[in-house]
Amino acid sequence: MTDHAADILVVGAGPAGMAAAVRAAELGRSVILLDENPTPGGQIWRGPTDEARPWIDRANAAGVRTLSSSALVQPLSRGAYLASTPAGPARIAANATILATGGRELFLPFPGWDLPGVFGVGALQALAKSGYDLAGKNILVAGSGPLLLAVSAWLRETGSNVLAIAEQADPAQIRRFALSLIRWPSKVRQALSLKFALLGVPYWTGSWPVRAEGDTRLRSVVLADGLREMRVECDILACGFGLVPETHLASALGCEVRTGAVVVDDFGRTSVGDVFAAGELTGIGGHEKSLVEGQIAGLAAAEREDLARDLLPTLARAKAFAGVLAEVFRLRRELRSLPTHDTIVCRCEDVSWSRIKGNASWREAKIQTRCGMGPCQGRICGPAVSFLTGWEVADARPPISPASVSTLLSSTDDMEAS
Amino acid sequence: MPDDRVPILVDGQPFDAPREASAAVAAMLALGPALRTSVSGRPRGPLCGMGVCHECRLTIDGVLHQRSCLVPVKPGMNLQTDRPQPAASAEAEPTASEEPPP
Amino acid sequence: MASGGIPQDAIVIGAGIVGASAAFALAQLGVRVVVIEASTPAGGATAAGMGHLCVIDDSPAQLALTSYSLSLWQRLSAVLPAEAEYHRAGTIWIAADDAELDAARQKLATLASAGVQAEMLDEAQLRQAEPNLRPGLPGGLLMPDDAIVYAPPVVRWMLHQVREKGGQVLTGAKVVRIDPKVVLLADHRALPADLIVVATGVWAPELFPGLPVRPRKGHLAITDRYPGFCRHQLVELAYIKNAHGHSEESVSFNIQPRTTGQLLIGSSRQYNATDAAVEPRMLRKVLARATQLMPGIANLNVLRAWTGFRAATLDSLPIIGPHPARPDLYFATGHEGLGLTTSLATAALLAAHLTGEPTPLDPAAFAADRPTLLEPEPHA
Repeated sequence: MTDHAADILVVGAGPAGMAAAVRAAELGRSVILLDENPTPGGQIWRGPTDEARPWIDRANAAGVRTLSSSALVQPLSRGAYLASTPAGPARIAANATILATGGRELFLPFPGWDLPGVFGVGALQALAKSGYDLAGKNILVAGSGPLLLAVSAWLRETGSNVLAIAEQADPAQIRRFALSLIRWPSKVRQALSLKFALLGVPYWTGSWPVRAEGDTRLRSVVLADGLREMRVECDILACGFGLVPETHLASALGCEVRTGAVVVDDFGRTSVGDVFAAGELTGIGGHEKSLVEGQIAGLAAAEREDLARDLLPTLARAKAFAGVLAEVFRLRRELRSLPTHDTIVCRCEDVSWSRIKGNASWREAKIQTRCGMGPCQGRICGPAVSFLTGWEVADARPPISPASVSTLLSSTDDMEAS
Repeated sequence: MPDDRVPILVDGQPFDAPREASAAVAAMLALGPALRTSVSGRPRGPLCGMGVCHECRLTIDGVLHQRSCLVPVKPGMNLQTDRPQPAASAEAEPTASEEPPP
Repeated sequence: MASGGIPQDAIVIGAGIVGASAAFALAQLGVRVVVIEASTPAGGATAAGMGHLCVIDDSPAQLALTSYSLSLWQRLSAVLPAEAEYHRAGTIWIAADDAELDAARQKLATLASAGVQAEMLDEAQLRQAEPNLRPGLPGGLLMPDDAIVYAPPVVRWMLHQVREKGGQVLTGAKVVRIDPKVVLLADHRALPADLIVVATGVWAPELFPGLPVRPRKGHLAITDRYPGFCRHQLVELAYIKNAHGHSEESVSFNIQPRTTGQLLIGSSRQYNATDAAVEPRMLRKVLARATQLMPGIANLNVLRAWTGFRAATLDSLPIIGPHPARPDLYFATGHEGLGLTTSLATAALLAAHLTGEPTPLDPAAFAADRPTLLEPEPHA
């Protein structure tokens, strides 16, 4: 089994992870950058885009070792992990670990949400960038957040027919948001260019999907705005209600997680010694926050807090914007009434809402119905159920991602001596 | 074979996948968005596009339960859904196979 | 011990499968029952275990207890909800060598004399019954009436029956002290009852310091779905030695196919564990033993691993019976890995104690003041 050792292990090669790896490596630290995807860049960059390239080049120049298509499977002892890589199981040891596992889309269940043809918003873009041909397809985009606009613009540019965008936030909130952008001139430019790219695409604020219809695949979607309903025929529904931090690994390592985000100090330290967290993982804030936080964590992990301190004002500004976004795109309470009796909430185990909601806690729901115990281990249904019920949805058991028995057998006793 | 296509098998049928495709995308281009059946028999397809939801599960080169959205296509790759397979290829079973990708 | 007489009111502390079964039996007798659960019903060992209902013959008392209880499960299965997934999967006890095969034959004789159905499988029959077992195993013992049940919905169903009969279930309520005929809760409520049943599993010594029950940690893992890989619960014969013995650490082959096609892989026992974290070393030992007997397991994906704590006693039998000095107190604890299997017989013993009706069991074997709880039996 291969042994990898470094000063710093960075998990996740999105903006936060790349920034952390680059800053630490440029200070002379040995850095391993680990990511599940075949190419670095995370979800937002998805490979060497114009924004990503400078960071990728700097990482290469600074000697960052990248392990792609690789994932942590199990912590062995402090700073040592069992990982699966394309070359087989590997042991990775590092003095400091930076978690930059990013965010994932929040999927809220409604009747028909599990039909083939219903994708996440970022998901559809990711699939399209992986060759999913959407030219000429009729796409309805729904859910919440600035991602809806960014992805819709991109879909249009690449030849799809975006029928409309249904944003659940109220028109008044969106208007207030547009006015508040004055504080961030670069955002104004972004917003204007999006507006231009989306000319002719209806942006229906204060509306949300109540039903996806079709037999073996999606045919139409019914939208509601609290007063009326409207059916939209479409080939594809791209639907996501914002992002939530991907905390599974952090939980498995024992890091404190509060309101679904990993708790960190100013320099990215989690509640577990020598484990840092940066980016969407500490709170959804967009890639500017991720880039700054990643750099701060990388510098702090490389024991250069003095350099990290210089970036704190930039981080504060990025967080302020993130705070505004969270306010504007807060999820409305009507979304809690979307699932009906029969709506499947846990897709891995096909557990319906009626079976889940009758419980007193997530733990009770899990042991009674096995929701959250399937292959995704509650990553999809957990945040949805948390939103629907207010329950604390925590706990992560090893392995961190599904691993073969032979992978789990590959570590040895001496690897666990702390 | 054009340079930007990769020859693979999808449920026993030859298919030319785009070079940059993941196995999930290739399967959807060949078969449509319904790639699998849920535990209670509902049609399903990829949802999250990033390896979290496990709805893109396919048997890849004989290894079951692979998250196909994380696997780039390679020439000769054999993708199988959970539909009844054509008579020529046996029902996918766990066999002594190479280490599955993470 | 003279029969206790059916009380008007009873409190059952602990809503695991043992407590729920006791409460269910009391409610059937017309007793007004209050069940007090500190956390989530079925949330302790009940949720962590494999759900295996099996006859075990490590002692005559255990054989009687488990076989009687299994017959009660067979009867109850007719009314259990679908979520309980009760099904007769059968157990195959695997002999790894000829010595174990001989032990299997002796087991067959013991079981036959107790009226428990079993049959020997030779090498070929074993391979046919379970093609994924490694070749070269000399044979095994099939017990076709052993079953599998998913316990948490059974607990829920039992508690529902208790409520239907006018009983109450308090969850998130922790008991801090038991005075004569009064239970004191952490929120200062004092609940009176004529009878108090202690079914708190590993937490029993919290209320009764010195009660000879020790936590015994176990590791389990569950795989993704591989329908048809395995058909029966498979246990190696050495399991009984390990469960009955008291080494600090032991691992035995114990595999269960779920109706979903997932494989539950166990099992391990540790007295030396300090917390509930999954220990990579122990998990590895469990998985290694599993692949030794079923090599194909190496290629299966593990979705999750977890631990649980069994309530273990020195003589491997549960404590079922009244407190020797306090007739208002009844213990139902110390079931080690057989809490699910013997929960119904435990409840039947409780009922018999109250009504004076006989059962096929001799309660003396499970008495709270038996000497073997404190001192091991001399070796034969």
